[in-house]
Amino acid sequence: MEGLVNQLPIGLSIGAVLLLIALGLTFTFGQMGVINMAHGEFIMAGAYTAYLLQDQPGGFLGSLVVAFVVAGLMGLILERLAIRHFYGRPLDTLLLTWGVSLVLQQAARDLFGAPNVQVASPSWLRGSLGILPYNRLFIMALAALSVVAIWLYLNRGAQGRRMRAVMQNRQLAAVMGINTGRVDQRTFFIGSGLAGIAGVALTLIGPVGPTLGTYYIVDAFLVVVAGGLGQLRGAVLAAVALGLLNSYAEFWTNASLAKVIVFAAIIGFLQYRPQGLFVLRSRALT
Amino acid sequence: MRGRIDEEGKSVGKFLAAIGVLVLALAGCAGQSSTSSGGTASGDTIKVGILHSLSGTMAISEVTVKNAELLAIEEINAAGGVLGKKIQPIVEDGASDWPTFAEKATKLIAQDHVATVFGGWTSASRKAMLPVFEKRKALLWYPVQYEGLESSPYIFYTGATTNQQIVPGLDYLKEQGKKKLFLVGSDYVFPRTANKIIKAYAAANGMEILGEEYTPLGHTEYSTLVNKIVEAKPDAVFNTLNGDSNVAFFKQLKSTGITAAQMPVMSVSVAEEEVTGIGVDNIAGQLVAWNYYQTTETPENQKFVAAFKAKYGAAKVTSDPMEAGYNAVYLWAEAVKKAGTAEVEAVKKAAGGIALARPEGLVTIDGENQHMYKTARIGVIQPDGQIKEVWNSGKPIKPDPYLKTYSWAGGLV
Repeated sequence: MEGLVNQLPIGLSIGAVLLLIALGLTFTFGQMGVINMAHGEFIMAGAYTAYLLQDQPGGFLGSLVVAFVVAGLMGLILERLAIRHFYGRPLDTLLLTWGVSLVLQQAARDLFGAPNVQVASPSWLRGSLGILPYNRLFIMALAALSVVAIWLYLNRGAQGRRMRAVMQNRQLAAVMGINTGRVDQRTFFIGSGLAGIAGVALTLIGPVGPTLGTYYIVDAFLVVVAGGLGQLRGAVLAAVALGLLNSYAEFWTNASLAKVIVFAAIIGFLQYRPQGLFVLRSRALT
Repeated sequence: MRGRIDEEGKSVGKFLAAIGVLVLALAGCAGQSSTSSGGTASGDTIKVGILHSLSGTMAISEVTVKNAELLAIEEINAAGGVLGKKIQPIVEDGASDWPTFAEKATKLIAQDHVATVFGGWTSASRKAMLPVFEKRKALLWYPVQYEGLESSPYIFYTGATTNQQIVPGLDYLKEQGKKKLFLVGSDYVFPRTANKIIKAYAAANGMEILGEEYTPLGHTEYSTLVNKIVEAKPDAVFNTLNGDSNVAFFKQLKSTGITAAQMPVMSVSVAEEEVTGIGVDNIAGQLVAWNYYQTTETPENQKFVAAFKAKYGAAKVTSDPMEAGYNAVYLWAEAVKKAGTAEVEAVKKAAGGIALARPEGLVTIDGENQHMYKTARIGVIQPDGQIKEVWNSGKPIKPDPYLKTYSWAGGLV
């Protein structure tokens, strides 16, 4: 019985991890429609940033900021050099970014070696509250904070307003004088940067190695697809729901079967609501 | 316009010619491979294949074995090679993908005509390669502890089989009074077979299995599993997780405050190399079962560790599978010397009974099942990342992959 009760906070914490890895994608995939398979490698870049900065002053919290910038710049470079030439060609973008992800994995292997590296978690994150370790609570807080920050950015500032305008109707936004190219750059920077933040957080609970990104990329896409493209609240709701489903499904069955159940649930759900939880309503003709 | 058509016509012609050449080349290869069943030693080199995952989830472990094998080849070459010939390694990437292992094995045998292959880590990769080596009558040296119940005439197993690792591990836990076990493993052939053996052992020795859980390879979310373990309250956990999952498992187990003193975890796939990635803070005090540690005190080991660090960096560690891969090259070279040829059947015949002092102690090839006599060692992970031996079997244990000499294992085979 105690185990059953414990699964609730565990489910929420799994949801927080899912949300954190998917948040960046709600920008790049959700807002811009770019299927970025290299998103996982931006997460990896964040994790390695934490590895490199772990002995520096500012330590762990500082690396959250630096990782945001590092992953963001990587995203920006990718967008400028390659992706922008492929807008409106989702399949080509998928292949392109898949290739980029392989290149980045091999680059990490050459730079840091194939074995996992060690990122010591800061001393103030050691210990636990019941079944929930402090590091899980930290991830939940970080996810919540990120959601609030994104919401404020999208809804309370001029830049966020432009971003939403481009997302809703690109041509009309351009006609209104919005520099859509610049908005794309900014969106991609933020989306990739959020992956970097997720990467730092994941060093607390998972492996830090060249293939780190591949473990999370599918889950990240699942959250965005189930939540509805470009929908922040959809992503939050989907992440929490998938986290809880995962938690209880694994508790009652096992890890392999839980994955099957989660996939089946998402497929079933998408049959019923192909657009995901929430749909963006706009007057665009497309 | 006219010119362009001509260009195209020409390039089509070139294309067809290229295909023709390719077909001829392939036919040539096929013809060659059917006449020479491995063991070709052309000129003054003997080619050998090295086939490990250099990418993907298993790269973390397999790259180090590849490095150890290359070191052995380098040392043997520096000492004059075998039969007066230098060993020339051809390295291929299995990419943590089992069909790729079979494909690359075929390439090494049929196209490169290697005398033998050193390779594999997961049992899934070995099972994928086995039919290739048996069909083509080529030789594989497999350097990792595994679940036993196999004895291919074309594979030499230089890692431990179950009665040299898992059974001694269970003996040790029993000796320590750990009666209730929880089994955690990755979801593939090694952990599932290992756990079958553990359950049979437990039933015969008055131990209780409180839970048996598997997670997919590469799984990183262990909070639910940790909760299940906490609820079951076992005396010890027997861990057969493989690869990166170990990092997530130990990090998440440790952060819930469970210590090795309260509930030790006995691992059979975590060695010195993995300890670094897991973070020694997260795993210090836990138990492991192997045949070799970097701290094992033999003159051969001092030499091996020094040579490895000199070649790959002072911060590098050596581990059991690396040592088993390093041994495999030496044992093969010894068999080739004894046979006087690198030809597969002759090498196989010569191999039985070869005994070499290796870093782990004396290693003898059992000619019958092609496994090694090895000394079992239980170790505790130290705060400096090294492993301290706390128990050993005293002498090399005769390999028994089918556990024929254990009465409780009757129903397994």
